[in-house]
Amino acid sequence: MDRESIYSHLTRKGVSRRDFLKFCAGAAATLGICSSSVPRIAEALEKAQRPSVVWLHFSECTGDSESVLRATKPTLSQLILDIISLDYHETIMAPSGFAAEKSLQDIIRNKKGKYIAVYEGAVPIKDGGVYCCVAGRSAEQIVKEVSAGAAVNIAVGNCACFGGVAAASPNPTGAAGIKDVIGGRVVNIAGCPMNSENFTATIVHYLTFGTLPDLDGNGRPRFAFGKLIHNNCERRAHFDAGQFVRKWGDEGARQGWCLYEMGCKGPMAYQNCPTIKWNGGTSWPVQAGHPCIACAAPSNWDTAYPFYQRLPEVPGAGLTATADKIGLGVAAAAAAGVAAHAAIRYVNKKKCNPEKGEDKDNG
Amino acid sequence: MKPVYVWEFPVRLTHWLGVLSIVILSVTGFYIGSPFMHATDAESLITAHMRFIHFTAAYVFTVSLILRMYWWFAGNRYARLSQFIPTTAERLRNIRKTAKFYAFCQGNLPYTPGHTGLAGLTYTFLFLLYLIEITTGFAMLSVAHGGGAVWTLFGGWSLSLMSVANLRLMHHLIMWVIWVIVIIHVYTGWENDIVERNGLISSIFSGYKSLDE
Repeated sequence: MDRESIYSHLTRKGVSRRDFLKFCAGAAATLGICSSSVPRIAEALEKAQRPSVVWLHFSECTGDSESVLRATKPTLSQLILDIISLDYHETIMAPSGFAAEKSLQDIIRNKKGKYIAVYEGAVPIKDGGVYCCVAGRSAEQIVKEVSAGAAVNIAVGNCACFGGVAAASPNPTGAAGIKDVIGGRVVNIAGCPMNSENFTATIVHYLTFGTLPDLDGNGRPRFAFGKLIHNNCERRAHFDAGQFVRKWGDEGARQGWCLYEMGCKGPMAYQNCPTIKWNGGTSWPVQAGHPCIACAAPSNWDTAYPFYQRLPEVPGAGLTATADKIGLGVAAAAAAGVAAHAAIRYVNKKKCNPEKGEDKDNG
Repeated sequence: MKPVYVWEFPVRLTHWLGVLSIVILSVTGFYIGSPFMHATDAESLITAHMRFIHFTAAYVFTVSLILRMYWWFAGNRYARLSQFIPTTAERLRNIRKTAKFYAFCQGNLPYTPGHTGLAGLTYTFLFLLYLIEITTGFAMLSVAHGGGAVWTLFGGWSLSLMSVANLRLMHHLIMWVIWVIVIIHVYTGWENDIVERNGLISSIFSGYKSLDE
């Protein structure tokens, strides 16, 4: 079974040649590569064996697994589980207890340098890693052991990529992203949760070309995180026009106007949500009427907060002070100070300047 | 009293380009920060125009600042860098005397044909604020383009120091600080003009101050 190619596995599962080619074309489109490479992808997947995947969970909500498993339509997402051999995944695998631990050890030992390691969730490293332990070992120990023998390390979701909500200030457990724990090359499929289309496309890229896709400065694949959400947003025309939602449920909200004034972080967030969308291309947050929260940006819980305001709070100025209230206050104080200064000068001049004024006139 | 040519043309030009662009940048920037006008139909392009004007004014402002900084080295003795950053004991004494005058401790403003020591120091601080505004502004602009020269010059390194949201907050708060300085600047200019009777206000139009030399 293990030696079976992806294509024969798919045909055995009842996937037609036509659907297989559609899948290849979909992957090429997501990767943003030329359609002439579709035959190359198809050829590679016909020959390639399903790569063995170890999927580990740490401090997280299993949202990324949900993202992968929820797909119901015959799209890329549904086929993920068919192009990979998911040999270890704590949420969905059959074995438990010692049997589960044995299957993990078997993969690490027998498929050294060949398996793909996928990490979901942050790694709490404070206090010896006591805040997240699986089978008596800390998340940090597990990550270090599994990553050492992996062909590719992929962090899925913002917790695994950058620490996510677990690492939000004050980060009591010392949660960190995978790359911070193991160093080296980690592919960050960021997002909360990650978009499973981006995950599949990354795997297809690896199987077809033998390399990982081009990554940006945050370790995120450029094909998925190379473009600003704001620049591809379907509501962008309303932004340029000056039509904004100003209150939940107002006329603008009903008309589908721009969510900029509601704190949308689309102008600072990079992801392919507007083009790939979610749940098999059904919708995405802004289409559904909610502002973007920059969920794929590093430490977005700290840097994109408050989610429903344009400007962050001024540090140290209390909870309700806005930059403009402070600014206006300081400017008004300056104006008042200037007026007071002029008044004092005027009074002083009247009091003690008669001779001086004459001096000046004479000079 | 005789007229002395103090402010050369590039000094006056960059001064008024600065005034114009700061007013335009503040109004359009305020809109970008929190839109105070709302379109009634989808055909209008309010935000697009506001952004276009803001970015154009930003380029004018930047070029004008570069020209003024060049004049630190090419201009007359009232325009030079030494008028801004005090390096001599005489300038330091001037700062102390000017401060005393404004604090009502001493009757007279020290005789200074160009900028007083305190004014020069304030403008140094103001220029620093300008540089921060330019850096944070272009850094935010480069986010929309994600690469290129603007990103290399301003975006990449400043975004490694702080998030876009904090850049935006800084850009916004410094605008207010600049306006505080503008208020004080206009007032002291007016006050000096009255107390010293040196034609300071008209000098920024004509270039000439009337001084007893």
